[in-house]
Amino acid sequence: MMIVLSFVARLAWWLLLAPLLPGIINKVKAWVAGRRGPPVLQLYYDLARLWRKQVVMSTLASPAFIVGPAVAWAAVLGATLLVPLGPAAGATLSFRGDVVLMLYLLALARFATTWAAMETGSAFEGMGAAREVTYAVLAEAAMIAAMLTLAVQTGSVSLATMLAPSVGTSAVLLAAGLFTVLLVENCRVPFDDPATHLELTMIHEVMVLDHSGPPFAAILHGASMKLLLFAVLVTQSVLPMGTYSRTMASIVLLVGVLIVTVGVGIVESFMARFAFRRVPLLLTTSVLLCVFALLVAWQGAA
Amino acid sequence: MRDLNLLIGLAMGLNLVALGSSRLPSIIRATALQGVLLGIMPLLLEHDFGWQVVAVAVATAIGKGVVIPGLLQRAMRAAHIEREVEPFIGFVPSLLLGAFGTIAALAVARSLPLLPEHAKSLLVPGALASMLTGFVLLIGRVKAISQVCGYLIFENGIYLFGLLLIGSTPLLVEAGVLLDLTVGIFVIGIIVDRIQRAFDSLDTRKLTVLRE
Repeated sequence: MMIVLSFVARLAWWLLLAPLLPGIINKVKAWVAGRRGPPVLQLYYDLARLWRKQVVMSTLASPAFIVGPAVAWAAVLGATLLVPLGPAAGATLSFRGDVVLMLYLLALARFATTWAAMETGSAFEGMGAAREVTYAVLAEAAMIAAMLTLAVQTGSVSLATMLAPSVGTSAVLLAAGLFTVLLVENCRVPFDDPATHLELTMIHEVMVLDHSGPPFAAILHGASMKLLLFAVLVTQSVLPMGTYSRTMASIVLLVGVLIVTVGVGIVESFMARFAFRRVPLLLTTSVLLCVFALLVAWQGAA
Repeated sequence: MRDLNLLIGLAMGLNLVALGSSRLPSIIRATALQGVLLGIMPLLLEHDFGWQVVAVAVATAIGKGVVIPGLLQRAMRAAHIEREVEPFIGFVPSLLLGAFGTIAALAVARSLPLLPEHAKSLLVPGALASMLTGFVLLIGRVKAISQVCGYLIFENGIYLFGLLLIGSTPLLVEAGVLLDLTVGIFVIGIIVDRIQRAFDSLDTRKLTVLRE
């Protein structure tokens, strides 16, 4: 009974809390700009509205146009089930090497989204897909380096034990690197502007431009779950979660996620997006940050 | 030792900032900040420091952190130099070069026969990495001001090496070097202005031919 209850609670955290994060980011942006902004729950209304709408399909598109977003959503949900919510709550699924599965599920989600984008046969969509995948090459390198750092630090390849202790001196490097990865993976401002609707400059938005109805709702919800997943990862890999008591850990996790979300909003308010040719530089920097954190971890271990 | 290593780590990070930045003022700022960090280091190395050590530390911090960057920025304004850095070696390749240089410096320093008290410190890798960064900036940038910054970072690397010998050589040597450096930058500031007036450009590629 308890197992079922805790499973439902964890599922609720990921499914129900996730759409709150983009709302908070938008609220922070509005607050900095001195506007009132949309309500924090806007994405929930959007999802409900999209769910009732019908799907418009291009005559070119195969069923993969519908399957893609579904696969992406399921893959992201699968990845979230592997991520522990603090030492007390733990993960739904935890085994040796689950970190690799998480990385691959995130990659699968990206593949499915780009695949569905290509299905429309629109040139813009192909362009956005190409950009998304190009950035992902560097972002995944940074992500893998960050996970390697945690693995070297703790001598384990299971997320539950990897995320428990703090990472010491390399925490700052890792925090900066992972935060940059969070920004690029979720298409936030220095890399991509979620508010823009100019086809030539969009990345993620252009990929999902032709989607409508429930598949589009799945894409939006999946994106918000991914944002929550990265916020949880950043918080846990920097803070020594294992040293807190059960309730304290949950509070710390909530506050950490909130701080990361507000941080994204503040970055978005005070930074302009980079020109395309400058983006690889920033991504390389984030890779290097994670690689140097790895070096520090190795030096500490040796 | 931990504080010192943290400062050297920050200085090594600033090396990469200088390599990756595309604006001249940010390179100058990175170099200045590195100079200030280097100025603090003798205070952490010497446990019973007298007023001389404090004086040299303050002089280094002010010289490298305020005077030299000030001179460079003045030269930039006086000669109307544009802020964009023009690289021979692109930003990403030079950043990667600097990163691999830093990693190589860490690896090489491990295999060097160092004194036991220096084995745990980052002084030697920091010095090697800064010198490599200086070289990359000297080779890979077109404008004279960014090359001066490369030279400064190179000198910071040599200063880090000098800190190894802080027990046996007087700080007077460091003070002398700092004075030379400040005068050198002062002269470069003037020369930059003259070059700009004579050739309408500070592109070092155009300064390779001698003419009457």
